[in-house]
Amino acid sequence: MKTLNFDALEPGDTLPPLALAPINRTTLALFAGASNDHNPMHIDLDFAQRGGMPDVFAHGMLSMAYLGRLLTQWVDQRKVRQFNARFAGITHLGHAITCTGEVIEKFEAGGEERVKVEIRTTNQDGEVKILGDAVIAR
Amino acid sequence: MIDRNIIGMAFPPFAITAEAGQLRFFAKAIGETDPVYFDESAARDAGHPTLPLPPTFLFSLELARPPSNWREEAGIELARVLHGEQSFTYRRMAHAGDTLHFDSRVTDVYEKKGGALEFVVMETRVTNQRSEHVADIRKVLVHRNG
Repeated sequence: MKTLNFDALEPGDTLPPLALAPINRTTLALFAGASNDHNPMHIDLDFAQRGGMPDVFAHGMLSMAYLGRLLTQWVDQRKVRQFNARFAGITHLGHAITCTGEVIEKFEAGGEERVKVEIRTTNQDGEVKILGDAVIAR
Repeated sequence: MIDRNIIGMAFPPFAITAEAGQLRFFAKAIGETDPVYFDESAARDAGHPTLPLPPTFLFSLELARPPSNWREEAGIELARVLHGEQSFTYRRMAHAGDTLHFDSRVTDVYEKKGGALEFVVMETRVTNQRSEHVADIRKVLVHRNG
């Protein structure tokens, strides 16, 4: 079980980053099946082009699942109270996503000590794809 | 234009049992390396009764709802939909074998950019087979009208 030194946490502290392999069509096919998201926009080129997109693109929830890994490689999931994501840009085929996070606040709520972390995914060009935050309890 | 009358619409009650095999498939699909999420003995060593559902998996479970044409009836075209925001507030863990109940409703529909974009907000309360509160989920879909 992961033990986080909660007392030592300070705003500005960063989470160990998580770097992913570039997204390819197999990534999307597997995630479609595993996540129950069978929306053809992510797996059927013909459908995506009829919808005005140049190609299929990654599920937002794939990147949010990567952010979930960023959190749970840092703290035990039982400490995660909230997990929020805003999908700011489309993650395309070939994008190599890196998940990063930073502690921004320590506070008390719900009768426990908590920290808020700001989290994001960026591609290999530094473009932000997801901006989010999470609340972690001691 | 999306039918504003869907605001307040509740979806039929839906329950599904989380399966260990699908959790392992999900772990593989997201490149999970922490064995707690795909190896029962590692999960038990970490104090879980069995495989835990990873943080976003409740979203996937709800996608198994029986198909319905509420989107089409409301004027929502799948090819124009993007995922705008997603939030989870967790009350307790869920594990393989748990049956999760999804109580979902549309809580808002609004537009931006003079109607070029419309937003549909859906909120879900998730409880388990013991009627314990597991999580609250909020989803914002973006509909491109341009």
